[in-house]
Amino acid sequence: MAETTVIETADLRKRYGDTEAVRGLTLQVPGGSIFGFLGRNGAGKTTTIKLLLGMARPSGGDARVFNLPASSGPSSVAIRRRTGFVSEDKDLYDFMTVEEMIRFTAPLYPKWRKDLEERYLRKFELRPSQTVKSLSRGMRTKLALLLALCRGADLLILDEPTSGLDPAMTEEVLQALVVHVASEQMTVFFSSHQIAEVEQIADHVAIIDHGRSVVAGALDDLRERYRRIQLVFDADAPAWTFTSPGVQRIRRKGRVLTLISSAGSEHVANEARALHPVSIDVTPLSLKDIFLETVVSED
Amino acid sequence: MLFRPNPSSGVPIYLQLMEQVKHGIETGALRPGEQLPGIRPLAEELVINPNTVAKAYRELEHEGVIELRQGAGAFVAGNAGAKKLTENIRAGQAVVAEAIERLRARGVTDQEIRRLFEAELAGLNKRGDHRG
Repeated sequence: MAETTVIETADLRKRYGDTEAVRGLTLQVPGGSIFGFLGRNGAGKTTTIKLLLGMARPSGGDARVFNLPASSGPSSVAIRRRTGFVSEDKDLYDFMTVEEMIRFTAPLYPKWRKDLEERYLRKFELRPSQTVKSLSRGMRTKLALLLALCRGADLLILDEPTSGLDPAMTEEVLQALVVHVASEQMTVFFSSHQIAEVEQIADHVAIIDHGRSVVAGALDDLRERYRRIQLVFDADAPAWTFTSPGVQRIRRKGRVLTLISSAGSEHVANEARALHPVSIDVTPLSLKDIFLETVVSED
Repeated sequence: MLFRPNPSSGVPIYLQLMEQVKHGIETGALRPGEQLPGIRPLAEELVINPNTVAKAYRELEHEGVIELRQGAGAFVAGNAGAKKLTENIRAGQAVVAEAIERLRARGVTDQEIRRLFEAELAGLNKRGDHRG
């Protein structure tokens, strides 16, 4: 698959009463990527997903999936036909057995993959005769994932797929996603507030905060760009306003000045040198650091 | 032979993988002509994005460390490349070892040394404008 954009939003907005859940969100999800949609609880992740799937109407802006407008009825049907979706609640019928749930779902999708169904039944150790009601949280997730993976979709949208799972179960779910993407041509868009899992399997991320995207890009690119630069002075740190590109925030505390840069350290360090600090330290930022620096500071 | 990279170290995962392969060659754990695991099985084993594995392999090929053969997979490059790499790394090791020795002798702690290296690689020195 070429570098197409599978999901694209521009200035997307959604207002519920007097709260604005999504406030001008701009996103681009490249085809073939595993895209981690990261944000705190209540940041607007689930609302965004609903807008993408046509389950809610935007109050402004634009959302397109497969280049189809998500807000129009007929095209959102077309979008959902090509998309596997697992909601946070893992919507399943409790009164059915695993087998019944599969037989109920399969006919709805002409491209149903019987081969994958058998593979994931085995891999996930799901017993066909077990009732959905009696499944553990982890097994429920696996069944919901199986139903989404087997429908031959081009896009998988997962809302907090691993919430409430123990680490071993989480690992199994992540592994299934990684393997699936490697063998099928597809794009995965998953929301999460677990930085570690996003860092592990995503190649693209967006951090959403208060309904807005605050950081977005290829994960490797972000890791190479974001730096923390710490300057130590022999007297109180000067109140200098840095003009170098990429300076995100400046913190002064006594003799120490700490900067976060989203454009490497070179320019900032050059500018800093003119202030004659005693030392200049540069450290890379992990995704967690980037998250904390960009999200918490917005409060 | 390849172990799980640390996703939260701040170092891109593909770079960590590349380092592992190079280290494997350097120590002899990987020999010229030897086959590396396929992208899919390796992504599955390490539970990382297959695109990340593919990127690491592409970059390693670009550096002449491995060869990607259409349909057959990834192989450690023949003698010449590996040998040159090994020599470079050996030479580099000696230089680094000496520098560390001298810094320690002056009472600089290992942690400080590590930060000095980091700062230097991040381009804080006016000399040399290498990539970083």
